Amino acid sequence: MQEKIIAAIIVSAIAFFSIYAFTPILIKFLEKRNQAVKDANKKGNVMIPRPGGISILIGIVASEITLYFFFPISEILAIIITSILGFSVGIIDDRKVMGGWFKPVTLAFCAAPILLLGAYDSNLDFPLFGSVKIPSLYLALVVFMIPVTGNTLNSIDVLNGIVSGFTTIASFALAISLFILQNYEIGIACLCLGFASLAFYKYHKFPSRIFPGDSGSVMFGATYGVIAIVGGVEVIAAIAILPAVINSFLFLSSVKRIVEHREIKNPTSHTDDFKLKSTDDNHAPITLVRLLVAKKPLSEKQICNEILKLATFSGVLAIITAFMMEVKI
Amino acid sequence: MNGKIYGFIFVMWILMLIGGGLVVMFVGPLTFGIDVEPIITSGVKVLIALILIFVWVFILTKVKNWIFKSQVKS
Repeated sequence: MQEKIIAAIIVSAIAFFSIYAFTPILIKFLEKRNQAVKDANKKGNVMIPRPGGISILIGIVASEITLYFFFPISEILAIIITSILGFSVGIIDDRKVMGGWFKPVTLAFCAAPILLLGAYDSNLDFPLFGSVKIPSLYLALVVFMIPVTGNTLNSIDVLNGIVSGFTTIASFALAISLFILQNYEIGIACLCLGFASLAFYKYHKFPSRIFPGDSGSVMFGATYGVIAIVGGVEVIAAIAILPAVINSFLFLSSVKRIVEHREIKNPTSHTDDFKLKSTDDNHAPITLVRLLVAKKPLSEKQICNEILKLATFSGVLAIITAFMMEVKI
Repeated sequence: MNGKIYGFIFVMWILMLIGGGLVVMFVGPLTFGIDVEPIITSGVKVLIALILIFVWVFILTKVKNWIFKSQVKS
């Protein structure tokens, strides 16, 4: 146990401080190269450097590789490779505008290391009722899970600090759940994701100094998805990101097809004091942000706080679910 | 302020618990006798799982519409 505690402290520190130290350097580098995009929710022409995914990649991979030296197991290797592949998919989308099909299809291939390394257990565990063995169906679930988590977290990257703050809360909830279930190695791997996203949140929170881009948000999602699979906590992981699942669900049920967010009508517009309000266009999709501002306009910061509160609520539900895993009816 | 959205998340959580229970207690152990091909049994299980997902999405769509309409009205 002492070795596990030491490993947890070392890799968490690497994940946090590498991003904390490297991101300001990346911000200056991107600014010099004029790699910045307009922040659509700020008055005037505020340009924000992007993508910050490179910084997140360094933090997550450095900490997970260190963890692999402590625990050389195939599950951690699968996390490292899938994270790098998730980043690669995102960076292609950052550099070149791809169609709506691109991310789901390519992210499905990112699940290959999990299957090739055999880093999964084909039992699907449910709270209170036990587990169900679905060997063939589980393979499909593995291939399906990475695109779902990758796209789900990518789809909430709409305002300053949401995706990094949301990933921080969900990852810590999942890490606590893994510790409750005594899956310590993967729990520590999940801590790396939590501390990496926490360090990035410092620069991404309102008002943002850097945007993660698709490379950052897709990588967050892919890493989260692979941890859920190799840790055998798929159901708990889904519960921890329920607000983001709701966002995707609202979007898909109103648009009824998979499209890039650039291709759709904006679900919100601005008031004179630059608060966000629900658009009057009935054909615009319903999203979580639109639902939050349907009653009255809110500032960007207020919306971020509301979404992070929702994330905390679902994180608590995830931890309760982890306790319920130990109880059998 | 957003109690209905919290309620929506809670409903989703409950539906996941109930769905999981149905899968483990009824769908998982489902068999049609030893002379039936395992692939047919798996196919039926997948079909039942898909029906459960359809019911899940249908209920959530209704809840979503109700929340959005009531948010806009107020």
